[in-house]
Amino acid sequence: MAKVLMKGNEAIAEAAIRAGCRHYFGYPITPQTEVAAYMAKRMPKIGGTFLQAESEISAINMVYGVSSAGLRVMTSSSSPGVSLKQEGISYLAGSDLPALIVNVQRGGPGLGGIQPSQSDYFQATKGGGHGDYHLTVLAPASVQEMADLTVKAFDLADKYRMPAMLLADGTMGQMMEPVELPEDCVHTVEKPWALTGTQGKREHNIINSLYLVPEQLEQKNLERYEKYKTVEQNEVICEEYMLDDADVCVVAFGIAARVSKNAITAARAKGIKAGLIRPVTLWPFPSEIIKKTADKVNGFISVELSMGQMIEDVKLAEECKKPVTLCSRVGGMIPTPEQVLKAIEDMEGGKI
Amino acid sequence: MQRGCPRKLPVSRSPERANAAAFASEGGEPHRQEQAPAPIKQSPKEAVDTTFKRVTLFAGHYGSGKTNLAVNYAIELKKTHDRVVIADLDIVNPYFRTKDSSELLNSMGIETVSPEFANSNVDLPALPSELYGVVQNRHRYAVLDIGGDDRGAYALGRFAPYILEENDFEMIYVANFCRPLTQSPEEALEVMREIETAGGIPFTAIVNNSNLAHLTTAETVLDGYEKCRELSSLCGLPVLFSSAERSLAGQLSLENVFPIDIQKKYYELY
Repeated sequence: MAKVLMKGNEAIAEAAIRAGCRHYFGYPITPQTEVAAYMAKRMPKIGGTFLQAESEISAINMVYGVSSAGLRVMTSSSSPGVSLKQEGISYLAGSDLPALIVNVQRGGPGLGGIQPSQSDYFQATKGGGHGDYHLTVLAPASVQEMADLTVKAFDLADKYRMPAMLLADGTMGQMMEPVELPEDCVHTVEKPWALTGTQGKREHNIINSLYLVPEQLEQKNLERYEKYKTVEQNEVICEEYMLDDADVCVVAFGIAARVSKNAITAARAKGIKAGLIRPVTLWPFPSEIIKKTADKVNGFISVELSMGQMIEDVKLAEECKKPVTLCSRVGGMIPTPEQVLKAIEDMEGGKI
Repeated sequence: MQRGCPRKLPVSRSPERANAAAFASEGGEPHRQEQAPAPIKQSPKEAVDTTFKRVTLFAGHYGSGKTNLAVNYAIELKKTHDRVVIADLDIVNPYFRTKDSSELLNSMGIETVSPEFANSNVDLPALPSELYGVVQNRHRYAVLDIGGDDRGAYALGRFAPYILEENDFEMIYVANFCRPLTQSPEEALEVMREIETAGGIPFTAIVNNSNLAHLTTAETVLDGYEKCRELSSLCGLPVLFSSAERSLAGQLSLENVFPIDIQKKYYELY
C-alpha cells in the first residue's frame, strides 16, 4: 500500500471508514473540522451516512442510536464540543455501547482558543460525564498513529462494549505527514445484544441506562468495573524510548512526547541519561512500567500541555518513590525542546 | 547544478488568457475553447521581467502545499522585482499559514498581508481591507495564497473582478498527487472546477508540487509530473514547473524545477 500525505484529521476519517464505520455525526469546530469535511466528501460515495447535526448533543445521541443497532459509529469534536457531548457519553457507557469519540483538543477552559492543548486529560480519563465509568483513551503522536489508533479504538470498543476516545490535539489534527493507511477490514464481532429486529425468533433486546431497582444498578456497576479490570490487565500500550539506562524519566504523550524525544536526544548528547515513557493508552494508564521504572531512575518529569493533569497519575503509579516535576505550557502554547531539556538538567543536577 | 533555474520559470503561454475576459463577463463556469493539449513547455528564452505576471495566485486542494510554494515564489520574485507583496487569503486553515514566515519575508523586504487574527486564538474568518490594495495597486507584484479547495477559494470571489479586469495574472493550480482525495488527474480536475466556480477566476497553469513531506523521492516528483501532464491534456493548461525541496531539486532529471525551502516547526520531528 503506497503512502499518501495526509492531515491528522483526514487520517482519522479515512481510517474510520476503512475500519467499517459508515455513520458519522458531528458538528464543526476548529481544529478538528477536517474530520467532518472529509466524511462529508467520502461517505455519500460509499453508501455511508454523514450528518451535520444541529449540535454536539444531537450528534452524540445519534451515535447512541446507531451503536444500539450494532453498527460502527463515531463522532468528533474539539474540547468545548466534547464537553457538550458528556451527557451522551455517560449514557453510552451506562448502556455498554461501543462507539468512537474523537477529541482534537484546543485550549480551555470555556471557549478557550483554537491552538493545541492537552488539558482535557482529566475529562477523558476520569469519566468526564456523570456516574462511575471509564472510556478507553488512546493518544496518538503521529499522523500514522491517528490512523492506526482509530482502528484500534473501534476494535477495543467492540471487544469490551464500551465507548473509546481518541484524544489528540490541534497539532496532531492539523499537521501533515506521510501515512500508510490500514487495509479495509470487515469487523466480525458478534453483537447479539444489538437491536436488529427479533424476526419473531428471540426475546427483544433492550438498550438502556435506567435502572429502577438500586440493587440491580449496583450489580451493573460492579460488573462493569470487573470488565474494566480486564481492560487494565490486557490493553495497556506504551512506548519506551532510551529507558534502559535512564537516570531521568520523562513521561509525555502526543505532541509533548515528540518534543520530549528531541530534548532527550539533546540531553544524551550532553551526557545526561534521559529516557521516555510515552503512554499510548491514557486509560488504561501504564502504571506498572512507571512503578518499575521508579526503582531505577532519580525522578520523573511529566511534560504536558496542561497545568498538570497526567502528573497525578504518574505520582499514583510511582507511589512517592521518586520526585515528579511538571514541565508544561498552556493556552495553546507548546513546550520547546529547550524547555524540556532544562527540566531534565535541573532534575539531573538535583535542583528540584 | 542550477538546472531548471527558477528565473526561467514563468512561461509565455497560449490561449487561456482570452478566456479570462469571457469568464468575467458571463460570471459562471469558464467557457473553454476546445483545443489540443498545451504542449509541455521547452526551456523558454524570455527574460524574467516580462514573464512574471503582476498577480500570481496559488490555489488547489487542501494541503497541497500552496503556502510553502507561495512563500518561496515571493522570495524568488523579490530577486528581480522591487516591490513584492504576499497576501494570505486562507480563512480555512487555522494553523499553518504564510504568517508563520512573515518575519523572514519582512526581513527580505517583502510586504505581507494576513488576516488580522491569523495564528491567534480568534477563529474569525475575516480578511483585512489591505487586500484591496494588493489587487488594486498595480505598482506591486503580488502573490496570493488562496485557502484550500472550493471552501477556501470563496474568499477570492470579491477580489476576482479586479484581477480579471487587469488581466495580468497567473492562476496556478498546485497539484500534489500524494494527497488521498486527489490521487488521479480526474479527481484533480474535479477540484479545479470546484475552485474556479467558487473563486471566480479560471486557472491558467498547473504546478507539480507532488510530495510526501520528508519521504519525498525523485520518483514521487516524477510520478507527479506524469500525472500533471495527464491533467494538462484533460484541461488544456500548461505545466509550469515542478517544485521540490532544495536538496532533492538538484537530483531531478526534469526541466523547470523550482527548488524550495520548507518552513518547518520545531515539533515536526521525524
